[in-house]
Amino acid sequence: MTRSPRKRVKPKDMMSYRRWLGPLTPVLAALAALLIGALMLMALGANPLEAYAAMVDGAFGSVNAFADTIVKATPLLFVGAGICISFRGGVINIGGEGQLIVGALAATLGALTLGHWPGWALIPICLTLGFLAGALWGAIPGALKASLNVNEILTTIMMNQIAVQGMNFLLRGPMMDPIQIKQGSFIPQTARFPITADLPRLSPTRLHAGVFLAVVVAILVWALLWRTTIGFRIRAVGMNPNASRRAGIHVSRYAMLSLLLSGALAGLGGATQVLGVNHRMFTDGSAAGFTGSAGFNGIVAALFGQLHPLGTIPASVLFGAMLVGANKMQRAVQVPSALITALNGLVVVFVVGSEIWRRRLASQQEAIEPTAATPVATQESSVP
Amino acid sequence: MISDFFAPAVLIGIITSGIRLATPYLYATVGETFGQLSGVLNLGVEGMMLMGAFAGFYMTFKTGDPWLGLLAAILVGALMGLAMAFISVTLQAEQGISGIGVYLFGLGMSELLFQKTLGTVETVSGFPALRIPFLADLPVIGNIFFNHNVLVYGAYLLVPLSWFILHRTTWGLQVKAVGQNPAAADSLGVSVARVRYLTVTVGGVLSSVAGASLSIALLNVFQQNLTSGMGFIAVALVYFGGWSPLGALAGSLLFSTVNALQNWVQVLGIPVPSDFAVMMPYVLTILILVIALRKVRQPAALTKPFERGEG
Repeated sequence: MTRSPRKRVKPKDMMSYRRWLGPLTPVLAALAALLIGALMLMALGANPLEAYAAMVDGAFGSVNAFADTIVKATPLLFVGAGICISFRGGVINIGGEGQLIVGALAATLGALTLGHWPGWALIPICLTLGFLAGALWGAIPGALKASLNVNEILTTIMMNQIAVQGMNFLLRGPMMDPIQIKQGSFIPQTARFPITADLPRLSPTRLHAGVFLAVVVAILVWALLWRTTIGFRIRAVGMNPNASRRAGIHVSRYAMLSLLLSGALAGLGGATQVLGVNHRMFTDGSAAGFTGSAGFNGIVAALFGQLHPLGTIPASVLFGAMLVGANKMQRAVQVPSALITALNGLVVVFVVGSEIWRRRLASQQEAIEPTAATPVATQESSVP
Repeated sequence: MISDFFAPAVLIGIITSGIRLATPYLYATVGETFGQLSGVLNLGVEGMMLMGAFAGFYMTFKTGDPWLGLLAAILVGALMGLAMAFISVTLQAEQGISGIGVYLFGLGMSELLFQKTLGTVETVSGFPALRIPFLADLPVIGNIFFNHNVLVYGAYLLVPLSWFILHRTTWGLQVKAVGQNPAAADSLGVSVARVRYLTVTVGGVLSSVAGASLSIALLNVFQQNLTSGMGFIAVALVYFGGWSPLGALAGSLLFSTVNALQNWVQVLGIPVPSDFAVMMPYVLTILILVIALRKVRQPAALTKPFERGEG
């Protein structure tokens, strides 16, 4: 990356716009995606303004709508906060879907078997079970990567499928609601949890206490990454594994740790989802049937939040709003809500595609004022 | 019941459907092999398969001609491949993540178009079975090998063809050079970007055809998320196959046979929970990744964008 001398003429001014352009790139990427979305809407014969207005109204138009948006954002934030850890640590965790599912399954098992316990004990236990199950689901690819250098992208994807089939087996078999069996309807879902396992809820909305837990988790992840030695090492490994190794950091151990933590937070998200929203677990046979693709959309939110856990909070709300608003849009202009999935894909592509300009700006800025370049989760860093 | 499993008819059924079902894996895996050999990991295979499956299906549904459907899938695949090449080669985007973006785009877009244009699950008459004269009349093996549709034969012809291209042509050498040491290839006058654009576009076309082989040759239906993870498995099979078309063939056959086996296990009512049977291929893939990675080294420049002057 060559720097032209021209760029050093007015360092002060250059710095100020660079400082703004960096954080703005994801916003520009989202605007580009929305613009393409508008073209697609027009091609489908819908008025884009009307469609987007319906989306905003569906997401923020009433107290209930806003609460639904926040509730939808919650699993995205859990997954996204975990993604901040793993991507910063140079590990690409695509396993959010599976980790959400096993977390929810573990919490479900807890809620159904310990149902006679009082809520103050039952809820923390269920959440912990979800956390641990997610950690396990992240630790398996983590261990394979750390010990044998098996590509974690592929293993986390496979772990998703294994989790889905495990869920289907359990919900169609041993964990099926006894009432379903008695009635002979055999809908693959568990019994409703005892009321004591319900997370406190701000009625009449669907807003539940898990929302606050998610925000606390995001803040804790920020503190972990930027205020502790472990977090510093995770980021160091992600930024430059070779230098980290020479500095005496056990690189593969930290790669494993970031995958494990990332999985644990997704698992906690899954647990929160069943305890706060569904109060039972169900399946339609696919991963998205339970997760609503939060495992993938959490990645989108984290990237949008620049892999910063605090930035991921508003990003999650934004994507939660898009998902909730999509239903209203579907009704208003008869465009399937799948449009939002396609747009999310474009946001990912645009955000990572625009990194090149951010990197160039960062390296130019470094020439003026030496600061650490923004880390990007890279595959190169996965060499042990 | 278990003894039924070894009845000749069942065995022939398993092998025949194993050979049929390997088709989408073969196209996608061979296509991905080209891209990865040149140093580009395309994780968007699944999204491209879905788009190809829809494009092929829709065109066939509207015109009644599966060849036009195939053409539509090829065009859509080429477009998506070019887009992926632009993202990963020109913009040098992180490939593991941008591929997920392409996947989400394909997943959403194919469902959107499906709901907007068709709305319900329809069927088409796709490519008919093409009996190869004389050979198809051979006892036992005739039906196993020589009574398939044209896309199935195409998938198997692709293996020697791409082997020849990769190992016996200058361009094939360039692909491998670009994937192993782009700086050296560049200094010898090979355009790294051009080679990668071409391999990723070829990969896009083949992924798209892989999807179409499901929607207009094997199943003759389209529904949302028709491929349900096959594209991701194809990416894993490239590792399993050690970045070689012959390895891709072995991996695809192994995988499709396990799938066929699992179907028959269910048909025969052998008491294995079907969810575990469905889970088996994925567990197998992880084991395969563990075993395969110790044997073969991946292309040295895989997932690394190339920029002149970086050394």
